[in-house]
Amino acid sequence: MSNHAHSAPAPLGGSLVTSLTKTMALLILIAGAVLVVRLVLGIGSVTNVNDGYTWGIWVVYDVMVGSAFACGGYSVALLVYIFNKGEYHPLVRPALLGSLFGYTLAGVSVIIDLGRYWNTWHIFTPGWAQINSVMFEVATCISLYVVVMWIEFSPVFMEKFNKDELRKKLGRWMFLFIALGALLPSMHQSSLGSMLIVLGTQLNPLWQSLLIPVFYLLTAISVGYAIVIFESTVSAIGFKRPFELGILAKLSKVMWGVILVYLVVRVADLVVRGAVGEAFKPNIMALMFWIEMAFFVVPAVLLAKASNRRRPDKLFLSAACMMTGTFLLRINSYLVGYETGDGWNYFPSLAEMGLTIGIIAIEILGYVVLVRLLPVLPKHEAAVK
Amino acid sequence: MSMDRRQFLKGVLAGGAVAATAAPAPAEARGNLTMPPKAMGLLYDGTLCIGCKACVSACKESNGLPPEFSTEDHMWDTPLDISGKTKNIIKMYKDGTGEVKDREKDGYAFMKHSCLHCVDPSCVSACPVSAMRKNPETGVVTYDPHDCIGCRYCVLACPFDVPRFQYDKAFPQIVKCELCSHLASPDNHTRFEYSACAQVCPTGATIFGPTDELMAEAKRRLALKPGTDYMVPRGKLGGGDWQMAKAANYVPQVYGEKELGGTQVLKLSAVPFDKLGYRDLPERSFASISETMQHSLYGYLIAPVVVLGGLVVAAKHSLRDQDEDQE
Ligand code: SF4
Ligand code: SF4
Ligand code: SF4
Repeated sequence: MSNHAHSAPAPLGGSLVTSLTKTMALLILIAGAVLVVRLVLGIGSVTNVNDGYTWGIWVVYDVMVGSAFACGGYSVALLVYIFNKGEYHPLVRPALLGSLFGYTLAGVSVIIDLGRYWNTWHIFTPGWAQINSVMFEVATCISLYVVVMWIEFSPVFMEKFNKDELRKKLGRWMFLFIALGALLPSMHQSSLGSMLIVLGTQLNPLWQSLLIPVFYLLTAISVGYAIVIFESTVSAIGFKRPFELGILAKLSKVMWGVILVYLVVRVADLVVRGAVGEAFKPNIMALMFWIEMAFFVVPAVLLAKASNRRRPDKLFLSAACMMTGTFLLRINSYLVGYETGDGWNYFPSLAEMGLTIGIIAIEILGYVVLVRLLPVLPKHEAAVK
Repeated sequence: MSMDRRQFLKGVLAGGAVAATAAPAPAEARGNLTMPPKAMGLLYDGTLCIGCKACVSACKESNGLPPEFSTEDHMWDTPLDISGKTKNIIKMYKDGTGEVKDREKDGYAFMKHSCLHCVDPSCVSACPVSAMRKNPETGVVTYDPHDCIGCRYCVLACPFDVPRFQYDKAFPQIVKCELCSHLASPDNHTRFEYSACAQVCPTGATIFGPTDELMAEAKRRLALKPGTDYMVPRGKLGGGDWQMAKAANYVPQVYGEKELGGTQVLKLSAVPFDKLGYRDLPERSFASISETMQHSLYGYLIAPVVVLGGLVVAAKHSLRDQDEDQE
């Protein structure tokens, strides 16, 4: 495959103090206040989690959904470096930056949610580390991946600060970090699903399956593409840049393929396990299952038509549906479909949501600031390809 | 992209996909763990329980746990469930008029809820830092706050909703019954010598002893003709303290004999167990299913290393092809 001529990434420039960044800063301050209360008075003082639903949105949204939404870097890297599709190269850096923030902050959220956070290091320390625990694998893998991503992203800083020597040296080893960057998310994104297996019959058969790791992995990959489409659309509008239709149309076709595989495996699994009947019971779990499935079916139908793949609005809609479906699969399997005993309820409190929103705000603020200061987005007056 | 290279890449990905989805190889399948040699436990017979809750209060005393209030005046320790302050509870089932004890319809019944000390515990399998451990000799499932990170995966994983967390503390712990194993230590300054709940039980509804002997005792009761008089041991098996009782019309099942590969705390009842919060459960432990899955994917890290090798080759090719970052 020959070289693709790409415009080199360049800092976007522009003002850092805008109404957007100011709003984000305010949301971060609110989250900071929630954090202080949590540290002083305990997790129950700000959240609604209880012994029936001990993992609330700080885990299920911030980590399960948050890290899936941070799979843009992984999914694009798979295409560019593993399938050798160089034409997607301009997407690598922005996607990686989004992932970097998503994953780093998912890690921060976990630590905030750990009741005895000062012992966190036990997970990685022989004598404590319990390798039969799926959580051990998830924690180790995610931590390694965060490190790998910072290394993958470091050339951006080196470019900015003219450390060419260092950059060349690192370049020689980049293949290794790229390979790790493809391996580690495949491991932990599937394991985020495997963590459900030990719950056994506490989880409704609509989600309790030995294939749940495969569902988590396939949706993580496809939502990675959805996020790239989503981010590109939003930054095209927000930063008034041309919409990279050509490349995104192609990407959406890849996403479409993965969604199809997912749907086939998901339905076949329900049929083989004889769990289809659960979907027709008059309860909230069955309803939520249908809503979840609908959000995967819509993009599968929309993107089947080539003309839709060339329409920014349809692309955006498909990406948004794909994200919602991925969100629902995780919320449903960890919260809606889970029942440990009678009489438990959970809905996040305002303060609890405040912290989650603050974390999202850090991601947005960080992204905006870094693309303005560092060479991340392709220099682009040129052309809409 | 030449044809063989494409095929190679497909091979890599197919390999990864197979590794990621492979059905557990039989050689690596982990079956249920088995009963430890000197397994200790409790036998709770709901038909003997009078609901006095002496065991609830003794459990608090033995474990130094604070009272928990559910009435207006905050005068009595009145826990409604096990919690961050309570390791043991007696719950009441009531149907309709609630006239007759141990009757499902228009009757009532009692059930003790505390850790079952599973033979193959989900909490131990889930815990990432070995804070939950199963004693290899006695099988008692213990918790050490010094190890714990407070992730609460054990709370999520336990099929009996036993481990509870202190949501109201800045430095919280998990709270669960450890079969009073702390009483065996030389600095036991309490009035208890073994499981406090069993030691104080006035009717022999809760007794302490080796699990195999408790099982034999449970089977003996199940074999009795309802209404016949029999002798109930009190406190612990072999303690020499007996009392007369009438055999109940038992549900013909020892809860904990088969459930998830068995538990060391066993239960008898005259009202179906699922009415008392104890669900029907399969014989294969959830921990063994989860660990089989995990080991067949990550055993000795073989699969990840093989996949990584393929990915390295692919990444090198792509980088060369795309000639990026070389100058
Ligand atoms: S009942 Fe729950 S807490 Fe007790 S040993 Fe079994 S899994 Fe662990
Ligand atoms: S809360 Fe503590 S004991 Fe429970 S799984 Fe997490 S680290 Fe282990
Ligand atoms: S064995 Fe001890 S800790 Fe467990 S329920 Fe009985 S008194 Fe409480």
